[in-house]
Amino acid sequence: MPSLSGPLHDPAGDAGWQESQPRKGFFTDTSICIGCKACEVACKEWNGVPDDGFNLLGSSYDNTGSLSASTWRHVAFIEQAATPASNTVSLGMPTTERPGAAMNPESAVDFRWLMSSDVCKHCTHAGCLDVCPTGSLFRTEFGTVVVQEDICNGCGYCVPACPFGVIDRRIGEQGQKNVGIAQKCTLCYDRLGAGNTPACAQACPTQSIQFGDLDELRERAAARVETLHAQGVSKARLYADSPDDGVGGAGAFFLLLDEPEVYGFPPDPVVPTRDLPQMWRHAAMAAAGLLAGAVAAFLGGRG
Amino acid sequence: MSQHQAELAAEGRTQHPEQPEQPVQAVSPADGAVDRRRRRVGKRRRDEHQMVPDAVFTSYYGRPIVKASPWEADIPAYLFLGGVAAGSSLLGAGAGLTGRPVLRRAGRISALGAISVSFAALVHDLGRPSRFVNMLRVAKPTSPMSVGTWILTAYGPLAGAAGAAELLTPLASRLPSAARPPIRLLGRLAGPAGLGAAVVAPAVASYTAVLLTNTSTPTWSAARKHLPFVFVGSAAAASGGLGMMLAPVSEAGPARRLALGGALLELGVERSMEASMGITAEPLHQGTGGVLMRASKTLTALGAIGSLFGGRNRLAAALSGACLMAGSACTRFGVFEAGQASARDPKYTVVPQRQRIERGESAGA
Amino acid sequence: MGASFGRGGATSFLQDLQNSDCIVIQGSNMAECHPVGFQWVMEAKARGARIIHIDPRFTRTSALADHYVPLRAGSDIAFLGGIINYILSNEKYFREYVVAYTNAATLLRDDFVDVDDLDGVFSGYDPETGMYDTSTWTYEGQDEGHSSAGSQRTASGAEADSPGGSRADDAGSGGNGQESEVSQSERGGGHEMGGHGAKLKHAEVHRDETLQHPRSVFQVLKRHYARYTPELVEQVCGVSPEDFLKVCEAVTENSGRERTTAWVYSVGWTHHTVGVQYIRGSAIIQLLLGNMGRPGGGIMALRGHASIQGSTDIPTLFNLLPGYLPMPKVGEHDDLPSYLDTIRSPDQKGFWAEAESYTVSLLKSYWGDAATPENDFAFHYLPKLTGDHGTYQTVMDMLEDKVEGYFLLGQNPAVGSAHGRMQRLAMAHLKWLVVRDLNLIESATFWKDGPEIETGELRTEDIDTEVFFFPAASHAEKDGTFTQTQRMLQWHHKAVAPPGDCRSELHFFFHLGRKIRERLANSTEQRDRPILDLTWDYPVDAEGDPSADAVLREINGSHLTGEKAGQPLKLFTEMKPDGSTSGGCWIYSGVYADGVNQSARRKPGKEQSWVAPEWGWAWPANRRTLYNRAAADPEGNPWSERKAYVWWDAEQQKWTGHDVPDFPADKAPSYRPEQGTPGAAGLAGDDPFIMQSDGKGWLYAPEGILDGPLPVHYEPAESPVRNPMYRQQANPTRQVYPRPDNLQNPSPPEAHAEVFPYLFTTYRLTEHHTAGGMSRWVPYLSELQPEFFCEVSPQLARERGLTNLGWATIVTARTAIEARVLVTERVVPLLIDGKEFHQIGLPYHWGVGGSALVTGDSANDLFGVTLDPNVHIQETKVASCDIRAGRRPTGPALLRFVEDYRRRAGITIETGNTRRTPVASGTPSRAGSTPAELTPAESQED
Repeated sequence: MPSLSGPLHDPAGDAGWQESQPRKGFFTDTSICIGCKACEVACKEWNGVPDDGFNLLGSSYDNTGSLSASTWRHVAFIEQAATPASNTVSLGMPTTERPGAAMNPESAVDFRWLMSSDVCKHCTHAGCLDVCPTGSLFRTEFGTVVVQEDICNGCGYCVPACPFGVIDRRIGEQGQKNVGIAQKCTLCYDRLGAGNTPACAQACPTQSIQFGDLDELRERAAARVETLHAQGVSKARLYADSPDDGVGGAGAFFLLLDEPEVYGFPPDPVVPTRDLPQMWRHAAMAAAGLLAGAVAAFLGGRG
Repeated sequence: MSQHQAELAAEGRTQHPEQPEQPVQAVSPADGAVDRRRRRVGKRRRDEHQMVPDAVFTSYYGRPIVKASPWEADIPAYLFLGGVAAGSSLLGAGAGLTGRPVLRRAGRISALGAISVSFAALVHDLGRPSRFVNMLRVAKPTSPMSVGTWILTAYGPLAGAAGAAELLTPLASRLPSAARPPIRLLGRLAGPAGLGAAVVAPAVASYTAVLLTNTSTPTWSAARKHLPFVFVGSAAAASGGLGMMLAPVSEAGPARRLALGGALLELGVERSMEASMGITAEPLHQGTGGVLMRASKTLTALGAIGSLFGGRNRLAAALSGACLMAGSACTRFGVFEAGQASARDPKYTVVPQRQRIERGESAGA
Repeated sequence: MGASFGRGGATSFLQDLQNSDCIVIQGSNMAECHPVGFQWVMEAKARGARIIHIDPRFTRTSALADHYVPLRAGSDIAFLGGIINYILSNEKYFREYVVAYTNAATLLRDDFVDVDDLDGVFSGYDPETGMYDTSTWTYEGQDEGHSSAGSQRTASGAEADSPGGSRADDAGSGGNGQESEVSQSERGGGHEMGGHGAKLKHAEVHRDETLQHPRSVFQVLKRHYARYTPELVEQVCGVSPEDFLKVCEAVTENSGRERTTAWVYSVGWTHHTVGVQYIRGSAIIQLLLGNMGRPGGGIMALRGHASIQGSTDIPTLFNLLPGYLPMPKVGEHDDLPSYLDTIRSPDQKGFWAEAESYTVSLLKSYWGDAATPENDFAFHYLPKLTGDHGTYQTVMDMLEDKVEGYFLLGQNPAVGSAHGRMQRLAMAHLKWLVVRDLNLIESATFWKDGPEIETGELRTEDIDTEVFFFPAASHAEKDGTFTQTQRMLQWHHKAVAPPGDCRSELHFFFHLGRKIRERLANSTEQRDRPILDLTWDYPVDAEGDPSADAVLREINGSHLTGEKAGQPLKLFTEMKPDGSTSGGCWIYSGVYADGVNQSARRKPGKEQSWVAPEWGWAWPANRRTLYNRAAADPEGNPWSERKAYVWWDAEQQKWTGHDVPDFPADKAPSYRPEQGTPGAAGLAGDDPFIMQSDGKGWLYAPEGILDGPLPVHYEPAESPVRNPMYRQQANPTRQVYPRPDNLQNPSPPEAHAEVFPYLFTTYRLTEHHTAGGMSRWVPYLSELQPEFFCEVSPQLARERGLTNLGWATIVTARTAIEARVLVTERVVPLLIDGKEFHQIGLPYHWGVGGSALVTGDSANDLFGVTLDPNVHIQETKVASCDIRAGRRPTGPALLRFVEDYRRRAGITIETGNTRRTPVASGTPSRAGSTPAELTPAESQED
């Protein structure tokens, strides 16, 4: 039984790969994301993912809403006001305060428009992979997590198992591509196999999405955070990068400028299987209890 | 347009008109201004949705963080029937050993019926039912569904044989002579098969709890210590209740005791479970989940009282049994719905994790 | 830009932005509309540069900038003028650079009168024609003759060229102003977008290098901008003095010997009735700060989309020939000499003096052997302008059934052009319409599902227009070049064959021409000779596709005679006026030097210098940064080590550096030409602006700009705000079209301006491409921005009861459209004159039709037609409007709804169409101006 939680240097090896590649991943630096969504488009073009519907969502410039079976890269848009628009609204008093009214760096963040490209985290300990009953989800030689769409039977267990709400079962007319099957980012497994960069990273014009060997990316990210802190961007922090976190560190991690939940990330994600042994113990106790109860029911004497 | 989008679009429309980006107003807890602002966020949330209490948290346009399972009624039905089957196998086996023919027969046939329907439900819920057999490609202890598949693979044939024997033996005389030898053989196997099924049965009843708790669905996950006991209790109550309905009072004593014990266990553990869950217990009290859980408690209590005082009256016993059955069904549907609801509201993902961090108990810490 | 520096192209290249110490992005949403180029802004930011974004809306560009300054749409000149005033009054200019490389020291004629003394117009304004007699604007001494030979030829030139002469034409053409307007604007167009500066009769100018002479450009500039104080900027732009001064400090602190600031603009500046003057404003700043021609400096003109630069280099404009040679005019230019005299003076400095070689080579490339010295190289074959044939004039001619047929090539005027209703109604007058596009765009389907069908203004059965739709090949399906924003030609190879009947434009036009020539083969008509004598012999491949490579070779040009016969030209300097060379576009000459397709070069960046001279090919002569002689001081040494770029190598006696010197390679800094040496030889060693007739950067434009030698703040053609600076409300020379179908909203001092109390601006989103022809049929793009929306501030939402995701109706004198509402703090109310002032944002990608995946009302339907006088560009970045909650009426009710607005606003044909704001009307706010300044104005007017 593979390790269920905690740091793990070589997930691919742990999964039984004889000669595994260096672990590959994404470092998404949201501080330089310009919200162009080229990643969303490039991903769909390369992977043949269908559109996700044509609906204005009224949440800034985000009209795909969240990661889903048919959206494997998702750019979030967060408008943060110096003083929440809402309180000027509720006060009923017009404000003429302007974004970045004062121009010194400290107050340059009075109004912020945060943009962030979300993607599957390719966890070291992946809930979706752990609970998959068919072996459709598997750990690749690059340490990434991929669905084999010809094996998945759409049991849907991976969907609630993911602590980040990434993977989902595709909905649509029967006969359409992969309907009823769990879908998510493959970190362009096919492109990696051919020694190429994943489509989204290739398309990113500002290197907000950086692809590479995870170890190297983590060093780069740490340096970037220091630089930002030096520039007075005190809220800059890394997310999902630490091997000590609840998923053993993600293969795709992020540099954020605010709390994770602001971007729709869980603040302290944990892979459910971390507690599975304990759950099995309790289940066994309960089962024994039932058996004992039944025996007692019969030994309780006639009548 | 995909359902995913439809939901999001709907959310969008329900947002407070002039505060599109309102749900993300709160900022870092390190920030001094935060407390005031966060409280404001909470208050405004209440203005929006009367039901939501004044919880303090930040989210992305109020959208879910974790995804609710794509499962529908099939799954809670499966949980319920699996429990009924497990308990019935136990009753059937016990009755066989203690010479209660009617109870034995009822138990074995109920087990067969329940497990067959629950199996059908399980397959029906798949996105690609034709690929059910892929479940048998691997055996994964990390996947409760894989473990469950193998448990059922062991349990199904045994319960099936026992149940089939009970169905066919009476017909033997009316069947062509050629059919009799296999039936006679089946009859001889029925005893051992029924015992075997009874040995596996408790696992059938309890693993389904792990199926739910081994997820990121807040309410299920938070119930992981208690849910197996709630589920076996529920299974005992339901199967006992079924026994009381099907067997004459003269034979139904063990069923009554099993039902009573199960009901008490379920009600008792539920109480401590909800107490231990913090905010993630809310969905067990609100909305569809709340309604079902209240119904389950009432029905189970009624059934328990009924079986305690009216158990020797055929009619009262039957009614009590029905209550217990219904109560158990409500428990499974209630827990299921509460979990789904907890996944759809980011509050139940963010708040407990925030509290964990503030307590210094975060996974990373 | 052309008028300021000599060429209209962006003066530097995108990669060079990484060297900037400060980048000001104004009138551009670079991150959204040029995301790939924006990586160099991010690179500069990573290197510690300050990024400033000045825009009416907080966009994705603002989100990445260090400083965002919101200002009122249409007020940029006041802002830029404020910076100029700050630079001058605080002595922040780069004196050595200004004295040596600009015309600051040049003296003006004594009869030039500035706007402050004429109540908002310069001397020479004629309220009748709405045009200027620009003769009083020029340098002192220009009216004197020069060398005898010169004076003779210039005399005839002057005759034809002087605005006096132009107005003589007007009389001739029955007072129709168009004629002369064109003759001017065709030159304006040439200079502004073009490959050359304006003509001067000769380069003998009087200078005072102490900059103290009251008639020196420097002193004139100082007086002109004295009124543009921080307080005035606040009053006009709604920008607080703190914000404004922060910008002034940022740009001045980051300019000089050691540091450079870059200015970036795009169509947010050009789509105005004063667009050219916006750009002039930044040109003046960049010249004063010494940022031109230097690394990390310059003015980055970002074009609207792929190859727009190319479409003016080899123009799709009615008034230009390739390489910014003006289109000849009937009457004025009946033979080659008179044409040449009009476009250049043989006595002026600079390479434009060689215009004859460029023209003759072009004619040779058109008509080959049929173009001989005897027949003026077939100059008479060229079509001649008879009037304004600009796109909007053409549309109005359609309405009068003066136009039978129309070709639309990658153009969707039903959605993308101002006044969509007029566009659609006009097309319904055509006999035939050819639409070549990737998809069945609204301009091809307006006759069955356009808005006018819904309102009943058009009935399908009444429309006689025969529409031919030709599916077009995309850029990946054909060979060819893009000329992108930094004047760089990049060859793209055919990746896949076009599907089905899709064909390239080249294929279409080649075979169209071939078929026409076949039809005319036996014609004896003289008028058919130009077509029959055309060189139309491009090799075709198996599919009948003509070779794009052959076309590029023709554009590059080649030697026709002598031992080099047949060889491609190395550079335009090899072009001859005697017909011994040909060349389809002189500025592109060199793209096929040595028989190599230079535009197809793809040497990776890591294998060459950061300038990457071997990636594609940039005009002129593969120079990446223009005027780079100015990167060195007058002695030829770099201004500083940090900013070294091109310098004089004393050993080798030549200019060298990181880029191709934009200067005669062996001309020493100390070189001084003999008095009045014309042409390139006339350039002194310290004349970095080699296309200018005096070799200097023009702080003040004595020629070439039709609406003033210096930028002046005028309000947009439609504005709820009274111009606080002058009696004159809007640009007095703007092209107006007073017609019943082109009504304008009233602006102060006209009555009822309050009926349209808000400003709106239109723009593009990253997710879509202009009028949507390339994006609204693509699911992956359409899902990202599925619906037409308007962006409003929470305050305006409250004021008008607008709710997020609800509907809003936006109304102008033309029509009313509906949009979903996005309430956002990215749009902020401004304080104008102490009052809260609201702006509305409208992306213009959607159109009404049945064919696209996503459709919606078109923002451009709201606009009327009012144009910039220099380049005929419409004002589609700002206009006034009203907004109300709810959906618009449909069917005929919509017409009544708009009619009611017109009645309430008392709109007539004259409304908003009077160029010169009358004295009587209202009492203009005269902030910051003393009565003394105004009295002479009145007296002169009355």
